[in-house]
Amino acid sequence: MTTDTTTKTPGAAAAAPPGPTPEKKRATQGHRRLLTRRDRITLALMAGVPTILHVALVWVTAIASIFLAFTTWDGIGFDSIKWVGLDNFKQLFNDNPQFWPAVEHNVIWFVVLILIPTPFGLFLAVQLDKKIRFSRVYQTAFFLPVVISMACIGFVWQLVYNPDTGLINSIIGANKPGHYIDWIGDPHLNLWAVLIAASWRHTGYMMILYLAGLKSVDPSLREAAALDGAGEWQTFKHVIFPTLRPTNTVVLVVTIIEALRAFDLVFVFNKGAQGTELLSILVTNNIIGESSRIGYGSAIAVVLLVISLAVIIPYLIATFRKERRA
Amino acid sequence: MSSTTLPLKRRAPIRPARVLLHVFLAGTALAWLAPLLWAVYSALRPYSETSTKGYVSWPDKLTFENFTNAFKQSDMLHYFGNTLIVAVPAVLLTLFLSSCVAFYVSRFDFRLNLALLLVFTAGNLLPQQVIITPLYRLYLLTNLPGITASGKLYDSALGLVLIHVAFQSGFCAFVLSNYMRSLPHELTEAALVDGASVWRLYWQITLPLCKPAMAALATLLSIWIYNDFFWALVLISTGENMPITSALNNLSGQYFTDPNLVAAGSLLTAIPTLIVYFALQRQFVSGLTLGSNKG
Repeated sequence: MTTDTTTKTPGAAAAAPPGPTPEKKRATQGHRRLLTRRDRITLALMAGVPTILHVALVWVTAIASIFLAFTTWDGIGFDSIKWVGLDNFKQLFNDNPQFWPAVEHNVIWFVVLILIPTPFGLFLAVQLDKKIRFSRVYQTAFFLPVVISMACIGFVWQLVYNPDTGLINSIIGANKPGHYIDWIGDPHLNLWAVLIAASWRHTGYMMILYLAGLKSVDPSLREAAALDGAGEWQTFKHVIFPTLRPTNTVVLVVTIIEALRAFDLVFVFNKGAQGTELLSILVTNNIIGESSRIGYGSAIAVVLLVISLAVIIPYLIATFRKERRA
Repeated sequence: MSSTTLPLKRRAPIRPARVLLHVFLAGTALAWLAPLLWAVYSALRPYSETSTKGYVSWPDKLTFENFTNAFKQSDMLHYFGNTLIVAVPAVLLTLFLSSCVAFYVSRFDFRLNLALLLVFTAGNLLPQQVIITPLYRLYLLTNLPGITASGKLYDSALGLVLIHVAFQSGFCAFVLSNYMRSLPHELTEAALVDGASVWRLYWQITLPLCKPAMAALATLLSIWIYNDFFWALVLISTGENMPITSALNNLSGQYFTDPNLVAAGSLLTAIPTLIVYFALQRQFVSGLTLGSNKG
């Protein structure tokens, strides 16, 4: 996922796999003694090489972030690393004028995504699930933004928002000097302008996840509801929606992660200047900006890490517990 | 239900609710495409015309000039090439390595299996910014004289390939291990008893059965890696070495003087993903939902 937002988002939809697996995992255990020495080496390489790569680049760096957050470092020699305790965090929480707005914007990002495009994506999925004609065509239209890169989406929406040449201002006549509505420059407007573009993309993503969820709803449930004389809304509320629980969990996790990962769109729009600060932008600015304060940048990354893990850990525990039971 | 309702259903009478639904969906779909259509329309018009007549106006002529200009002026072919030399090895390596891990985790019952899978899956869910600062330093510190043009992992295609593989293999390992777990154990057991090597079990027996999942993941990975903006932005410093998405961001500030040209340029970058999507739609969608719905 990561083309997720980022790019990724990846937004990767790693998620709960319900459904039982009929085979017994234990089956192979008895065959372990069948493995030759060469087999063992092969297996060790097969598991080892990818693990080393993944752990070295993802987990070791994540842990290094935590370590560096308690130091100052100019990045030149290792001997210039100095332990400063909680100084970076104190500075971050008390003196950085961008930090709390960034936290607030990340929260707003999540709240907007979960309240507007998510239910709308569900609504579209329910409509498209009715086996109507042209369903594929509609699906493609809603899903197209998910296929395009976030950076490209940023460029496309700039054409819509541009103060003097953009679609909106041209239509409402706000493109004359003195009457500009500066959708991207105005700190009171720009976050919302970006969020419209983000919601535009998120709707299609959610629609696809819900469509897949709806396909796995047992048709006999619907029939039973129809026989009981339940209306469309009642069927949805009491029969369909409760069975979508696994999908809802995935959707919630994906949306939180997307909100934490949000970066590309804002960076292309205005580099996260006034009004669109995000935690991800603050971290990145410490690397590609003029000021390279490694310890300080890492402290922001640690805040991001702690929030992410607060979501990832309970989710994975639940997912894997289910898997083990299966 | 009485028998008379059946033939009625088959004829599918035109119901007002259905018509209304179609009107709603068609309208919404059109509104959804509006920003993209607007970009296409802008890109098809010369700058001279829109600057005098305004953007919301009837066109005098529509040309592909902006597309050809954007393509030539910004040397797009070169940047497409940069993306290709990152994306192709990254997708292949990710699939290969993650299927190895998945095979290990799902076909053998070693003690640390679940923990291993957990590490991979959790790693993929982290926001990239959590790891970027140390990663950036690590890339600067890794000297590879003679192997990469920059002499370091930093500013090299190899560096991008490695981080894509490391990051994306989390998702793929999770999906593939679920998939492999659903394959009947008898297949590999019989072969194992017959004395087949572990590698053979993986390469000749398990992997061919995973084709549908691999195809879905390959589609998904190609689009994700092609669309990557962040890694390239931070880990590549020379404009020349940038893949297409981040190169365009660079160029839009430097060379492009009119929005029509930017529109054409950004639409051009979207074309390869659109082709992949339309050609492999089913794989793409099933890939996205593999993680969330398949057992």
